[in-house]
Amino acid sequence: MSERRLRILIAKPGLDGHDRGAKIIARALRDGGFEIIYTGLHQTPEMIVEAALQEDVDAIGLSILSGAHMTLLPAILDLLAARGVDDMPLFGGGIIPPEDITELKQRGVLEIFTPGASTQQIIDWARCTLRPRQ
Amino acid sequence: MSLPSLEPPDGAARDDAPRRFSTVSDMEIEPLYTPDHLNGWRYAARLGNPGEYPFTRGAYPSMYRGKLWSMRQFAGFGTPEDTNARFRFLLGQGQTGLSTAFDMPTLMGYDADHPRALGEVGREGVAVSSLADMQILFDGIPLDQVTTSMTVNCSASVILAMYFAMAEQRGIPLTALGGTIQNDMFKEFIAQKEWISPPEPSLRVIVDMIEFCTAHAPKWHPVSISGYHIREAGSTAVQELAFTLADGIGYVQAAMARGLDVDRFASRLSFFFNVHNDFLEEVAKFRAARRMWATIMRERFGATQPRSWLLRTHAQTAGCSLTAQQPINNVVRVALQALAAVMGGTNSLHTNSMDETLALPSEGAVLTALRTQQIVAEETGVINTVDPFGGSYAVEALTDRLEREAFAYIEQIDKMGGIIRAIELGFPQQEIADASYQYQRQLDRGEKVVVGMNKYQTDDTHSLEILRVGDDVEPRQAARVRERKAARDAAVVRARIDAVRNAARGGANLMPPIIAAVKAEVTVGEISDVFREVFGVYRDPAYI
Repeated sequence: MSERRLRILIAKPGLDGHDRGAKIIARALRDGGFEIIYTGLHQTPEMIVEAALQEDVDAIGLSILSGAHMTLLPAILDLLAARGVDDMPLFGGGIIPPEDITELKQRGVLEIFTPGASTQQIIDWARCTLRPRQ
Repeated sequence: MSLPSLEPPDGAARDDAPRRFSTVSDMEIEPLYTPDHLNGWRYAARLGNPGEYPFTRGAYPSMYRGKLWSMRQFAGFGTPEDTNARFRFLLGQGQTGLSTAFDMPTLMGYDADHPRALGEVGREGVAVSSLADMQILFDGIPLDQVTTSMTVNCSASVILAMYFAMAEQRGIPLTALGGTIQNDMFKEFIAQKEWISPPEPSLRVIVDMIEFCTAHAPKWHPVSISGYHIREAGSTAVQELAFTLADGIGYVQAAMARGLDVDRFASRLSFFFNVHNDFLEEVAKFRAARRMWATIMRERFGATQPRSWLLRTHAQTAGCSLTAQQPINNVVRVALQALAAVMGGTNSLHTNSMDETLALPSEGAVLTALRTQQIVAEETGVINTVDPFGGSYAVEALTDRLEREAFAYIEQIDKMGGIIRAIELGFPQQEIADASYQYQRQLDRGEKVVVGMNKYQTDDTHSLEILRVGDDVEPRQAARVRERKAARDAAVVRARIDAVRNAARGGANLMPPIIAAVKAEVTVGEISDVFREVFGVYRDPAYI
């Protein structure tokens, strides 16, 4: 029996419209064999968590370049916790200073990619790290 | 004339696969350009003298000898007080115009106290919710002496109304105000993606603004047709050129359909292009843009005044070309890009700061960026003669080719039924996403090089001091908005909002009621709510 393809939600929280990175990652992961659901722009944390649960994804990838990462990422973690979801990893990418990365990881974000990460690095990471949820 | 052989001599070492020589947009380039590449090319038809149709060589006869480009650094962060201090600093350092960056809530039509503004107030620009904020932002700035550019789109009508109301309160007539408001919604749907309502009603508001400014603020540019964001979203140079001019065609068509005389408003349309790394391609792009627009305005729209044919443009160095790795290298990239913009004949320029991939620019970094322009202007000597690349076989061949390929895209869009239809079909969006993905794959394979990122990497982490917006900005701004709202006369506010709603539902020009509303401190969010209610809300079609 072959393992099912992993489902990943790629989401764009916040008000900014910088979706170049989100789209590239969505396309690269799709080409890398993952099943991708892309939320589109301007999503609230509530909308993202709702979509993740409805689509029953294995992980959530967030692209954020608005500087609001310290508000929006923890809000998503809190909402997942409030819904009793403890096995849906959150990873992200964007313009995020190193000290904020440390803090976000401490709060439960699995990984943060910064500008310059290649799509192959992200695909390799996803293959090694993400697992189907039970 | 035959081409001399450029093959390496027999026995010379070379790779198995022939190396491709292509621009950053992946346009393959010939090893040598000769008169053969300019077959049938005539100086008068293709170039003309600067300041004359088709303006390939420049907008004005003497170009930078007569007047340097405007040095205009885009600035905005935190509270209106923070940004006002940055404006005064920049003017004190020899900057010649202002350019305002607003924060995301302002740009999307939300006040600082709205739940959707959470975490975003003052982060990517300055927070402006009401006229009170605007007055602080421009405190002590002589509005009749500096020209101001304001980068705002779906809420542009409200911000422009505030600027006009503020001028009126200071006793400055609208006829004395010079400046630009970006107000280009087509490129929002295509690339930058800040919107409230769908394309059709968005266009109606823009035409209202063109009509109002033509009648009352004749020195104001009510639309800045922008390719910058199209390029930042990952387009090629040809796509930037094509989609920008296609957007311009859409605005001209809509304004003419309203019954406006093309020769009365055309000269108030201005442009805004990106300037990327590929030096010759960029020089050619600016030259092609002027020639294409002149042709479009004269031949397609029948404009009869030379100033209607003229494309005047602002340029900004490419943010997407900068690297977080070894960020001091960005100073070099920006200098070369600035030089390309000047060789292309830009009329205004923003040079990016070295730290812009990390955060909004610090004062030190923005000063180096401004000095870069001043060095180009006052040390390199390139301003001494107009269009020094004019007549270069390579640059003329590239100019012709960019023009040809961009016109082919415009023809395709015309066949679809125009730019709104093309946007609804997702055509420009998909073309850009494809180009952007293609470029990323070339980077990943090492076929395109970004120094310090996929070649010549080092382990060092950057040591730049970056600007951080204080966590106190959001609560302070939100509190100010709430206080100002509470202090208003509720009946007046209600009546002014109703007047905006009536104009939105009917067909009357929206600008007069919006100006009346902002004078009563009706906010960006409240007027945007009327747009949401009357015009509906646009949702991202989320193409991958």
